[in-house]
Amino acid sequence: MKSYLKLFTLLLITNLVLSCSNDDDASVIPPPVNEEEVITTMTITFTPVGTGTAVELKTQDLDGDGPNSPVVTISGSFQSDTTYNGVVEFLNELEDPAEDITEEVEEEALDHQVFFTVTNGLGTVTYNDMDTNGNPIGLDVTLQTVSTGTPLIGSMTVTLRHEPNKDAAGVSDGNIANAGGETDLEETFTPITVE
Amino acid sequence: MKHCVVIIAVFLFGYKAVGQDCQLTISGKIQDFHNGEPIVNATIFNKTTETYTTSDVEGNFIIDNLCKGIYQLSISHISCETKIVEIDLKEDYSNTIYLEHHIEELDAIDIVGSTISKQTLAGQETQVKKDIIDNNSAASLGDIVKQVTGVTSINTGNEIVKPVINGLHSSRILIMNNGVRLENQEWGIEHAPNIDVNVANSISVIKGSSALAYGSDAIGGAIILEPKSIILKDTLFGQTIAGYQTNGRGFNINSSLNKNYASGWFLNGNFGYKQNGDLKAPDYYLNNTGSKSYSGSFQSGYKSFEKGFEVYANYIDSEIGILSASHIGTAADLVAAINSPVPLINEPYSSSIEFPKQDVSHLLAKASGYLRFKSFGKVSFQYDYQSNHRYEYDKRTGADKNKPAVDLKLQTHSAKGDVHVDKLGKYLINFGLSGRYQDNFANSDTGIRRLIPDYTKFDFGAYGIVKSNFSDNLTGDLGFRYDLNHIDAYKYYRESRWIERNYGDDFGDIVIEDIGTQILTNPVFTYHNFAISTGLLFDLNDNSTFKLNYSLSSRPPNPSELFSEGLHHSAARIELGDLRLGKETSNRFGLSYLFDNDKFNLTLDSYFNRINDYIFIRPIGTEDTNRGAFPVWEYTKADANLIGLDTNLDYYLNKIISFNVKASYIYGQNLDEDLPLIDMPSFRLNSTIFYSKEEWNSFNASLNYVFVAEQDRYPDYNFETYIASTDSYELVDISTPPPAYNLFNFQADMTFDVFKKSKLTVLARVDNIFNTSYREYLNRLRYFADDTGRNIAVQLQLNY
Repeated sequence: MKSYLKLFTLLLITNLVLSCSNDDDASVIPPPVNEEEVITTMTITFTPVGTGTAVELKTQDLDGDGPNSPVVTISGSFQSDTTYNGVVEFLNELEDPAEDITEEVEEEALDHQVFFTVTNGLGTVTYNDMDTNGNPIGLDVTLQTVSTGTPLIGSMTVTLRHEPNKDAAGVSDGNIANAGGETDLEETFTPITVE
Repeated sequence: MKHCVVIIAVFLFGYKAVGQDCQLTISGKIQDFHNGEPIVNATIFNKTTETYTTSDVEGNFIIDNLCKGIYQLSISHISCETKIVEIDLKEDYSNTIYLEHHIEELDAIDIVGSTISKQTLAGQETQVKKDIIDNNSAASLGDIVKQVTGVTSINTGNEIVKPVINGLHSSRILIMNNGVRLENQEWGIEHAPNIDVNVANSISVIKGSSALAYGSDAIGGAIILEPKSIILKDTLFGQTIAGYQTNGRGFNINSSLNKNYASGWFLNGNFGYKQNGDLKAPDYYLNNTGSKSYSGSFQSGYKSFEKGFEVYANYIDSEIGILSASHIGTAADLVAAINSPVPLINEPYSSSIEFPKQDVSHLLAKASGYLRFKSFGKVSFQYDYQSNHRYEYDKRTGADKNKPAVDLKLQTHSAKGDVHVDKLGKYLINFGLSGRYQDNFANSDTGIRRLIPDYTKFDFGAYGIVKSNFSDNLTGDLGFRYDLNHIDAYKYYRESRWIERNYGDDFGDIVIEDIGTQILTNPVFTYHNFAISTGLLFDLNDNSTFKLNYSLSSRPPNPSELFSEGLHHSAARIELGDLRLGKETSNRFGLSYLFDNDKFNLTLDSYFNRINDYIFIRPIGTEDTNRGAFPVWEYTKADANLIGLDTNLDYYLNKIISFNVKASYIYGQNLDEDLPLIDMPSFRLNSTIFYSKEEWNSFNASLNYVFVAEQDRYPDYNFETYIASTDSYELVDISTPPPAYNLFNFQADMTFDVFKKSKLTVLARVDNIFNTSYREYLNRLRYFADDTGRNIAVQLQLNY
C-alpha cells in the first residue's frame, strides 16, 4: 500500500506543478476583440428620376450596443409626386478601411430582406431586386412620393431582417408584420417631409 | 443495522498443535479503534481448539493451557464484522486488538424519521435515492432534485434546467460530484450543471449553507452527488437502462459495470448517451429543441478501513438546441413574440440541432486518498482538475456563420486536506484546508466582444466543525469557515460604456491602455469571507424531532455580476455588471419539525433568510442602437428577506396504498424598494397516490398531481417601446407571470427475474396526461412558447 500512497503523492505534486506552470498564461494580456460583421452605418440614397436633389438617410452607431444612441441624419426633404431610385448601403466603419456589409447581404439574399415602413401616406416603396426564389431583397428600391400641395410630415422606418419568413402573408410586398426573424438593423427616420 | 469492516487480511498457512509444553497463554485487550475505549463482552473464538471466551469490563481476555503452534482467533462483537487474528505461539503472548466499533461514516447520526441526514447534523437535508435516479435516467439533475420539497428549477426550455433551492440558484448553489466541487461557469442562468445523474447513487439536497466543509458561499444550498459505496467482496455487477420517449422521439441508454474485490480493490465504469429531437407543446412543435449528450466515468482504487485511495474521471458533452422562436433581436421583436399566440417560427418536427445552440463539455479528474490512525481519526487529501468548455452558437452571417459567439474555457485545479478526529468520545471534530486555482480563457476568435473576461482566481479556505452528543436526545454542531478569494481579470470596456458608468473616477487606476474605442483594464479584487454554521437536533420522543440551525455566510460577486457589459445575444438584452458590487451576506435561521411513526412521516422545514446586499439583475430601461431599442438589465443589490415553509407528508394506509403530499411556499421581498423579489417560485403542491403489490412482480403504480399557483407577488419592470410597423408605442410585458396550472402524471413498473441472477424492471410513464398547455414563471422561454405537452416514456432496466 505504501507504494501506492507514494505514487499518489507523486501524482498530486506533478499535478500541482503542472497547474502552477499554467499560471504563465495568465500574465499574457488577451487581445482586444474587434467586432466582426457589425453594421455601424446604413445609408439610403434616394435619387430622383429627372430633376431634383438626392435625399440621403443615414444612421451611424459607432459604439454598437454601447450606451450612445445612433447619429441619424436626413439630408433634406422629398419632392411631391416624384419617383426616386433608392440604394441601400451597409458598412462596418470599425474596420479601417470600412467593410462593405452590403455585399454579404447580397450573397445571402435568401436570408435577408430590407423593409421600408412609411407613415402618413408619404409614399410607397416597391422592390426592384429579388433573390433566387423570386422574393425581394430590398437593396434596390423605388420610392414614389405622394402628390401633395402642402408639406406632409411623417417617418420612414428601414429594417434589415435576418432569416425572415419571406413566404408569410404580405412579406414579399414589404409588410414586416409577419416576417419574424431577427433584426440586424432598424432605424426610424423622422421627420421625413414631402413638399 | 451498523456494520463494520474487517481490517486485517488473513493468510491461512494451516495449523497444527505441536510440542509438549501446553502451559502457554494468549492474553489481550480489545479496544475501540477510534477512541481506545475497552470493548466489553467481545467474543473470542479460538478456531484451532474451538473454544470460546469473552472480554471483561476492561476489555481483557485470557486463553490459557495452550500448546505451541499456530492459532487463529476470531474476535467478534455485536454489530461488528468479525476480525481474525493469527498467532504463531511459541511463548506467552499478549497484545492489544483493535476493533472497528463504529460505522465507517462516524458523523452519520442515526435519525429516526423520513429525512435522512447524511451530510449535516441539523441541516435541512433530504436525500434522493437510487431508485428515483434510475427511474429518471434520462432526466437532468435539475429535474430530479425537484422531487425535494422547496426545490424548483429555473429553465431555459426543457433541457437547460438549473436547480433553485428556496428561491436561490446559480452561484448560490454548490454542487458536489464525488467529493469534487463542480466548477462549470454556473454564473449564467442558461448554464445548466454539466453532470450526468446516472453517476450518482444518492443525491443529498441541503438547504442553506450548513455544509461548511464544501464551501461557505453556497447561501442557497448544496447538492451532493455520492457514488455507489464500495463493497468489500469479490463481485462483479452491472446495470443497463434503456428508454424511449414519445415527446421529442428521444432515447437514452446508460450502462455501468462494477468490479470489487474482497481485498479492497475496485474498478467501476459508466457510459451514457441520450438524444432527442424537437419537443412538442400541445399545439405545436418547439422547433430546434433537440439535444444530444454523452457521458462516461471511470473509478478505480483501493479501500480498506485504515487506508485507501481513488482515482476518478468523468466526462460529459452536451449539445443543446435553443428554441428558434426565442432568438429575437430588439424590444420590438419581443413585443411581437409575446403578443403572438403561437411561436413566430412554427415548423414540423426535426431531429437536427441548428443554430442557436450550445455545446458544452466538462472533464473532471480527481485523485484522493485517506489514512486512519488509531485513537485519532481519519486524514484525507484530494487533488482535482476540471475543464469546462462552453461554445454558444448564434445565427450569424457571412464568414462568421459557423463561428461560435461564445467560446469560454474554465479550468480549475483544487487540492484539499481534511481531518476527522473521532477519538474524543462524544465530540467529533472535522477540520481542513482547501486551495483552488482557476483560469478562465475567453477566446477572441469569436469576433464578438467577450461577455465574461479572461481572469485568474485563487481561493483559499480553512474550516473547523465540532459535533457533539450532549445527551441521548440532544446533539449539536458548530462550524467555522474562512475563505479568501482573489480575482485578477483583464477586461476591455467599450469607451462609451466606461464613461457612462462613471468608472473613470473610481477605477481610473485599473486602466492599462486606451486603444481607441475600447479601454483595457485590469480589475483585481480580494474578498474575505467568514462563515458560521450551528445547529441543534433534539429528539423530543421516539416520534418527534426538532432541528434548529443558524448559518452566516457570504458570497463574493461572480464574474458575470462584476464584468458583464454588452448585448447578451441569447437573451436579446444588454446586460451590465457592476464593478462596485461587494459580497452579499446571508443570515439564515432554519427550524424543522419531523414526525415519524408506522403510518405517518411528516417534515416541516421553515426558514428565514435575510440577505444583505443581495445581488440580482433587473431591467432599468432601454437603450437605442441602430439595431433598434434593447432592454437594459443591470446587476444591482438590495437587502432582501426570503421566508418560506416546505412540507412533506407521507401516509401509509396499508402495505399496498400510500400517499405523499409536498407543498412549498416562499415569500421574497426586496427591502430597499419594498417590492417583491423577481423570479421567486410560486406556491406549489405535489401529491401522489402509490399502489404497490409485491406479489405481482413488485408492481408499483403512482398517480401524481401537481398544482402550481400563479405568482402574484412580482415586481413590475414593464416598459414601452416604439413599434415601427404600427408607428406606436407598445408595452413590453416582461413581468406578468403566467397563470396557474395543473398537471397529472402516471407511472408504473414491474420487476422480473431473468437469466440466473438478473432482474429486469420495466417502467412506463405518462407525463402531462391531459396534454395541458401551460407556461412556467421560472422558464425564460415562457414569452415565446408553451411548455411541453404529453409525453409517454418506457424504460427497461436490467440489473446483473
